[in-house]
Amino acid sequence: MKVSIYRYNPDTDREPTMKEYDVDTQGKDLMVLDVLNLVKEMDPSLGFRRSCREGVCGSDGMNINGKNGLACITSLSSVAPGVKEGKKALVLRPLPGLPVVRDLVVDMTMFYNQYEKVQPYLQNSTPAPAIERLQSPEERAKLDGLYECILCACCSTSCPSFWWNPDKFLGPAALLQGYRFLADSRDTATEERLARLDDPFSLFRCHGIMNCVSVCPKGLNPTRAIGHIRSMLLERGI
Amino acid sequence: MVTRVTSVTSLGRNGLYDWLIQRVSAVVIGVYFIGMLAYLIAQPNLDYGTWKAFIGSVPMQIATTLLVLSVAAHTWVGLWGVTTDYLTSLTFGKSATGVRLVVQMVIALLLLVYVLWGLVTIWGGA
Repeated sequence: MKVSIYRYNPDTDREPTMKEYDVDTQGKDLMVLDVLNLVKEMDPSLGFRRSCREGVCGSDGMNINGKNGLACITSLSSVAPGVKEGKKALVLRPLPGLPVVRDLVVDMTMFYNQYEKVQPYLQNSTPAPAIERLQSPEERAKLDGLYECILCACCSTSCPSFWWNPDKFLGPAALLQGYRFLADSRDTATEERLARLDDPFSLFRCHGIMNCVSVCPKGLNPTRAIGHIRSMLLERGI
Repeated sequence: MVTRVTSVTSLGRNGLYDWLIQRVSAVVIGVYFIGMLAYLIAQPNLDYGTWKAFIGSVPMQIATTLLVLSVAAHTWVGLWGVTTDYLTSLTFGKSATGVRLVVQMVIALLLLVYVLWGLVTIWGGA
């Protein structure tokens, strides 16, 4: 099958190019990461990140035939009709909107900076109990669909609002994490957290186009989380 | 250290306020449009005299004033979003702030002219 991969080495290349490879998949419905490993055997200079190869670590987020996803859990047959059969090329590019370090490896600093801004850790000003802070099953259930995020950046780098203002708009991943702590019954910093989100950019740059929902490899819904934060801001502000 | 994101050119300098204004103004525009459509459908043989009496009545003058103000506010919030998305250092480099400010001021002045012109037309009694 034909594989077209974005190649760029800032030290030696003047501009990025798409390089074509012919890979023999023996007709199997491989994962995209398997194909990348086959290419890597042919061309060891190819750079990409991967670690757990089972959709848990979030290292191999990339743009696969125009849609962000994790290479390790995206099968060829799910990319587009004809890709597995070799009728259509597999096109791999780095996550959009972030600076390219090399080939499919991007610099995630901007993404992590925004993640840091939501202070993604439990804050509780009350004295710590002897054993642990308890939650009812109902309170715990509110964290479902939020805590599972693996920070692969597929969502934020598919969001035009994040592309245009990656320093001001927090992006869907950070906002999902922000809501994960706003929704936590053990966290007491709700007011401080909300006070940091009511400017015109941090949260309100979300226009609800739901690209984040459509690409999330874990099936999470950042748009809904952003809606919940907006409701909390409304209740606080009116 | 978390720094607050601020913007002095957004309508309310506050995301929630702008968001709310955009929704409320959209409702005003929507209700006015549907009401006007219903009126026009209910009056198949509309003549100038009937139209002038209708649009010149005080309730319609107030409604049209709300419409003009809503369109202006809605346009400002929307175009402010467009200018801060596309007229940035990504597209214009170091001159981005100047470009954005000029475009925003042109939009603001046009909207101001539009509002004043609208008010004169609605309440001028011509």
